[in-house]
Amino acid sequence: MMLSRRTFLKGTTAAAVATVSTAPFMWPRGGWAQGTVKIGILHSLTGTIAIAEASVVDAEKLAIEEINASGGVMGRKIETIVEDGASDWPTFAEKARKLLDRDKVAAIMGCYTSASRKATLPVVERSKGLLYYPTYYEGLEQSPNIMYTAQEATQSVIAAVNWLAQHKGKSFYLIGSDYIWPRTTNKIAKPTIEKAGGKVLGEDYIPLGNVEFASVINKIKAQKPEVILSTVVGGSNVAFYKQLQAAEINGKNQALLALAVSEEEASGIGTENLEGFLSCMGYFQSLKGGSNDKFVKAFKAKYGGNRVVGDTLECGYISVYLWKMAAEKAKSFDVPAVVAASSELEIDAPEGKVKFHKLNHHLWKHARIGSFRKDGQIDMIYESPLIEPNPFPKI
Amino acid sequence: MSFDIAVMQAFNGLSLFTVLALMALGLAIIFGLMGVINMAHGELMAMGAYTTYLTAVVFERLAPTLLSVYLPIAVVLAFTVTFAFGLGLERSFIRFLYHRPLDTMLATWGLSLILQQSFRSLFGPREVGVPSPSWLRGAWQPMGGISIPLSRLFIIGLTVVVGCALYRLLFATRWGLRIRAVTQNRAMSGAVGIDTARVDAVTFAIGSGLAGVAGSAFTMFASTGPVTGQQYIVDTFIVVVFGGVESLLGTFLSAFTIAQMQSWLEFMLTGSMAKASILLCVIVALYFRPAGLFAAKVRR
Repeated sequence: MMLSRRTFLKGTTAAAVATVSTAPFMWPRGGWAQGTVKIGILHSLTGTIAIAEASVVDAEKLAIEEINASGGVMGRKIETIVEDGASDWPTFAEKARKLLDRDKVAAIMGCYTSASRKATLPVVERSKGLLYYPTYYEGLEQSPNIMYTAQEATQSVIAAVNWLAQHKGKSFYLIGSDYIWPRTTNKIAKPTIEKAGGKVLGEDYIPLGNVEFASVINKIKAQKPEVILSTVVGGSNVAFYKQLQAAEINGKNQALLALAVSEEEASGIGTENLEGFLSCMGYFQSLKGGSNDKFVKAFKAKYGGNRVVGDTLECGYISVYLWKMAAEKAKSFDVPAVVAASSELEIDAPEGKVKFHKLNHHLWKHARIGSFRKDGQIDMIYESPLIEPNPFPKI
Repeated sequence: MSFDIAVMQAFNGLSLFTVLALMALGLAIIFGLMGVINMAHGELMAMGAYTTYLTAVVFERLAPTLLSVYLPIAVVLAFTVTFAFGLGLERSFIRFLYHRPLDTMLATWGLSLILQQSFRSLFGPREVGVPSPSWLRGAWQPMGGISIPLSRLFIIGLTVVVGCALYRLLFATRWGLRIRAVTQNRAMSGAVGIDTARVDAVTFAIGSGLAGVAGSAFTMFASTGPVTGQQYIVDTFIVVVFGGVESLLGTFLSAFTIAQMQSWLEFMLTGSMAKASILLCVIVALYFRPAGLFAAKVRR
C-alpha cells in the first residue's frame, strides 16, 4: 500500500499531538531525561535592573557548576536554563511560565525586585513550581511555592535601629527611594526607634532614579540628626553619597547606616565617598570562616580577581545548595516533597550556619553591621544572634 | 529656618538652574531648529559621561600625576565625541525622518535603547566610578555653617562659559546667522541660498556635543551607568517644553523657574511630592500657554 503524503502527515501529526498532550502525565517535573535535572535561572540581564541582578546569575551558575563537579544531585547533573527577565515584570511572568510548563524545571532561582516576584508568584503557584528568591525584601508575603533565602525587613531594620540607638544616637532622619521596600522598612523602623527611646526628626522620599539631593541634604543639615537611616537604592545612591561628600558630611562626622548598599555598589559610588559609613546586611565579603573563604576564592577564580561579592550574590549561591539538600533529603524532585524537606533545613553557608524556619519558608539569619573601608570592603563591627524570620510583623 | 540654611538653599536653586540649563540647551536648539524630538538626548549625555570615565582611566594608567587636570580635557573630549556621533547620526539616520515628528520620536527612542544596551555590553551593567579631581572635592566655607560644594561651583562656571559661547556662536558669527535664519523661515532661507541641510547637520551635531558636555560635568555629582540618560531626560524635556521650544532665552528662564520651584518645594515637602507639584504646575501652565511660557512670537 502506498502511503499518500496526506495520510502520512495526518498520522504523524496525530501522534505528535498525542505525545505532547500526554507529556505532562508521562514525565514528572524535573524530567527523566537521561541523568539530568533542570534548573531555571530567571533574572534581568538587560534593562534598568540588570545593574543589580546580572551578577546574581554568576553566583548561581557557580553553585551549579560546583554541584555538577561533585557528582550532581542524587547522581543527576544539573542542566541550567537561563532566561532574561529584561527588567520588565510581565516578561518575568512569561519566562517563568516557559521555564515551568515547557522546560519542566525542578526549581527556578530568580527575581530581584518585589515587583518581579509579585508578577511571577501567580505563575509559580498555578504551575505548582518552586521559586528561590535571593533578595532582601520588605516581607509581607509567604507563598507555598516560594522559598525566601535573604533577609526580610524585620531581620535587618530592627537589629540595625536598636544597635544605632545604643551606640550612635537617638535622633534619626529617614531617607529612602519612593517605592514599597523603603516605605515598608521605615514603617517598621519608626515604632522600633520610639521603643528604643529615640525620635524621628524627618522622613523623606525621593523618586526612583532621582539624582538631585542638595535640598534634602540641607534639610538634614537643618535638623542635625545623630543618625541617618538610608533606604535609597540604585543609581540615586551614587548621587546621594557624592553630594553628601561635597557638602562635607562624611563617615567621620556623621553616623549613616545604609540598608541597600553592599560591596558591589561601592566602586560605582566611589569608595572614598563611602568610607566610614555603615551598612547592614546578612553577609559581607570580609566575613571570616572556611566556607566563605572557599566561596570568595571560587568566585574570583571563575570571574576575575577584581569582582566583589555581596549579600544578594551569596543568597543566590546558597539558594542552589538549599534546593539540592532539600531534594536529597526528600529523595525526590517533587515540589511538595522538596518544600516539606526544607522545613528546618540547616546549611553551612558562607554567611555562617543558617536554617529554614519550620513553617514560613524564610531563613533564620544574622543581621550584621559593618563599616566601609577605603577599599570598598566592609569591616564587621556587630553581629546579631540568629533572628527568627517574621514576614508579617505586628507593629 | 536659620540664615545659613537659607543661603545654602538659595545657592541650591542657582546650582540646579545651571544644571537644568546645561542639560536642556542642546535639546532646545535641536528642537527649535528642526522640530526633531531627540529621545536619545539622555544617552548622548551618558556617552559624554562614559568618555569622561575613559579619560580618567587613561590618565590613571598613564599619567597618575596629571589626574588633577583630567576633567577639563575630558569635557572637551566629551564634546568632540558626541559632536562627531551627532553628525554621523544626522547624516545617516535623522535626515530621512524630517517632517515626520512621530516617527523621529519613535526612531530616536529606539536608538536610545540600542545605546543603553551597548553601554551595558561595553562597560557592564553596574555604574562605573568616575573620580573627582582633588580640587573639586569638599566644599568652600565662606563663613561658619555655610558650605558651598565646589563641584557645583564648577558646573555653574561651565554653564556660564557654555552659555556665552553659544550666544556668541548664534549672534556673532555667520553660522549663527544661518542657524537663526533657518529656524525662523526654512523655505525662505533655502531660497536665498543657505544650504539648509548643512545647517541642520551642524546644529544637530552642536546640540549633541552640548549633551556630551553636560553628561561629562554631571559625573561630578551623579552616577555614570547605562541608564544614566534616563535620569535626566524627563527633566530636560520639561524645561524645554515649559520654556517654549523656539527660544534659548525661554529655555534659560524656564530652567530658572523650575529650579527655584524644585529646590524650595523639596525643602518644604518630600522629594516625590516636589516633583509631582512641579509637573502639575507645568501642566496647568501649558494648558493656558500651549506654546510654552516664553515662546517667541513668530509669524507663520
